[in-house]
Amino acid sequence: MKKYINTGSKDTRSGFGAGMTELGQTNDKVVALCADLIGSLKFDDFKKNHPERFFQIGIAEANMIGIAAGLTIGGKIPFTGTFANFSTGRVYDQIRQSVAYSDKNVKICASHAGLTLGEDGATHQILEDIGLMKMLPGMTVINTCDYNQTKAATIAIADHHGPVYLRFGRPVVPNFMPADEPFVIGKAIVLNEGTDVTIVATGHLVWEALLAAEALEEKGISAEVINIHTIKPLDEAAILKSLAKTKCIVTAEEHNILGGLGESIARVLSSNHPAPQEFVAVHDSFGAVSYTHLTLPTNREV
Amino acid sequence: MENSALEKVASQVRRDIVRMVSAVNSGHPGGSLGCADFLSFLYFEQMSFHAESFNMDGIGEDLFFLSNGHISPVWYSVLARSGYFPVAELATFRKINSRLQGHPTTHDNLPGVRMASGSLGQGLSVGIGAALSKKLNGDKNVVYTLHGDGELQEGQNWEAIMYASAKKVDNLIATIDLNGKQIDGSTDEVLAMGSIRAKFEAFDWDVLEIKEGNNIEAIIAGMNDAKSRTGKGKPVCVLLHTEMGNGVDFMMFSHAWHGKAPNDAQLETALSQNYTEGESDY
Repeated sequence: MKKYINTGSKDTRSGFGAGMTELGQTNDKVVALCADLIGSLKFDDFKKNHPERFFQIGIAEANMIGIAAGLTIGGKIPFTGTFANFSTGRVYDQIRQSVAYSDKNVKICASHAGLTLGEDGATHQILEDIGLMKMLPGMTVINTCDYNQTKAATIAIADHHGPVYLRFGRPVVPNFMPADEPFVIGKAIVLNEGTDVTIVATGHLVWEALLAAEALEEKGISAEVINIHTIKPLDEAAILKSLAKTKCIVTAEEHNILGGLGESIARVLSSNHPAPQEFVAVHDSFGAVSYTHLTLPTNREV
Repeated sequence: MENSALEKVASQVRRDIVRMVSAVNSGHPGGSLGCADFLSFLYFEQMSFHAESFNMDGIGEDLFFLSNGHISPVWYSVLARSGYFPVAELATFRKINSRLQGHPTTHDNLPGVRMASGSLGQGLSVGIGAALSKKLNGDKNVVYTLHGDGELQEGQNWEAIMYASAKKVDNLIATIDLNGKQIDGSTDEVLAMGSIRAKFEAFDWDVLEIKEGNNIEAIIAGMNDAKSRTGKGKPVCVLLHTEMGNGVDFMMFSHAWHGKAPNDAQLETALSQNYTEGESDY
C-alpha cells in the first residue's frame, strides 16, 4: 500500500495557530476572539501581530459567540477559539440563533476535542460536539487529522461564506498529509486504495486507520482508507464509490457512536446501498482521564 | 419631525400592533405598545439609515438590534413605515411563508433585520460585536440595542455588560424597557432584580433614565442626551420607564397582555383609543 511518512509529529492546534498567523497577513477581514485560552489555542502570533483584530473576551463563551456574530455585520470574518466543549455544548443556543439561524460568517474553532485530550477528563472531553454541530442547518463541520491539514483547513474556511465548526486537538500526532495538499471543503481524500474493506476515518483516527490498513495488508486484506475531514457536507459520492468496490465499511472517530460520522455514513448507506458497517467510536459513554496517549484499541469498542 | 407628527406615527404603529396580533390571535402586544413611542422616535428621528437600499453590513448607518424579539410587532410596524418593506406585508405577520416570523429572523431576508432574536439575552453581545466592527471600519455611527427588563435575568447579558465597559465600547446605546413585567407576573414577583441602575453603574456604564418612556418629549430629550454621551469611553445605558400595553387602557397595569391577542370587540376598543387623523391602516 501507499506509504505515508510522518514528517514530524505536531499537535493539530498548532496547525490552527499557523493558519491564523497566515490569515492575519493575507486577509484583513479576519478577526480572532478567545475566551482566556490564547496559549492553548495558539493565538499568540495573531495577537502579537494584529492586536487591533484580536479580542480577548474573558471566560464568557456565550458573549464571545454573540460578539462574533455581531462582528460579521460590517464585513469581518470572526474566528472564535476555545476548547471544544465550551465551543459547542456550553453555547449551543447562541450558535443556533445568533450564528446558524442568522447565517453569520463565523468560524467556531475548537481545540481539545475528543478522548485524546487525555488527562483533563470527561468534563473537557466532549464526545457529542460533531452531532450537535451537524444538526444545525447550514453549519459546515470539519475535523482535521494532522498539523498540515488543520493549517490548510483554517485558511480555506476563511474563503467559505457561512458558519463553520472546525474541530482539532491537543495531542502531538503524526504529521503526514502533504503540506501543499489543497483543502477542499466537502471533498474526501482517498489515502489508500483497496478492494476488501473501506475504512472511513476522521480527525486523529485517520493516522490510526492507516496503521490498521498496514496491519490488515499483512493478513492479506486490502483496505481502502478515506480521510473524511468534512463531516458536513458529507462526500457521499466518494463513500458510495468506494463501497461499490469493497461492499463493507468501517467508520472511525473520536466521538460518541450516537450522532457522529458513523451515523451520517450509515444514513448514506441505508438510503443508497445498504452494506455492513462497523463503528469505531465511543459507545454512549463519557470519557475518562488518561495520562498516556490514546492508542488505537484492538477491539472496536473503545 | 414635529412632536405631534411623531405622536401620530406612534399612534399608527399602535394600530398596526393590535391589528397584527388580533388577525392571527397570537403575538405580544403588551411590550410592543410600551415601546411604540421609543421606536418611532428612533426610526423617524434619531437614527441615520438607508431603508430603501438595505444591506447587511450597514456601514455608515446607525444600527438597531431588538434583543427581546417577542415584541416584533412594534419593530415590524416601524420598519415598514420607515420604508424598509411594504406596509401591506404587515398583514402576513405569523402566517405561513411570511418574512414576518413570530420572532425576527434574517432567514427570510426581511429588510431591516440583521440578527435573529427570540431566545432572550443574546442581543447585547451582538450589538457589542457590531459596535466593534464599526470601530475597526472607522465608522462613526452608533449601535442601538433594546432589551426587556425581565430579559436581564439571562446571564449572558452580564457577560456582555462586563465586557462593554471593560473594553470601552462607547459607540453603543443599550436601552432597557423598564416596564416591570414579564410573562408570569411583575419582575419583582418572578425574580426581583433590585436596582438595575445601580447594577449598570457598578459595571461602570454611563446610565441615564427616561422616567416617562411613553412621552415623546421625554424620549427626545433623553435619547438626545444619550447620543451626546457616546464616544466618551463608556457604553451608554438608557433605562426607559414604560407601561406595558400603553395606549390601550384595558391592556395597561397588568402583565396579562404580554403575549395575548385581543378579540374582535377588544380590537375595536383598542383602535378607537388610537385614532390617527388620516390613519393609513394596511
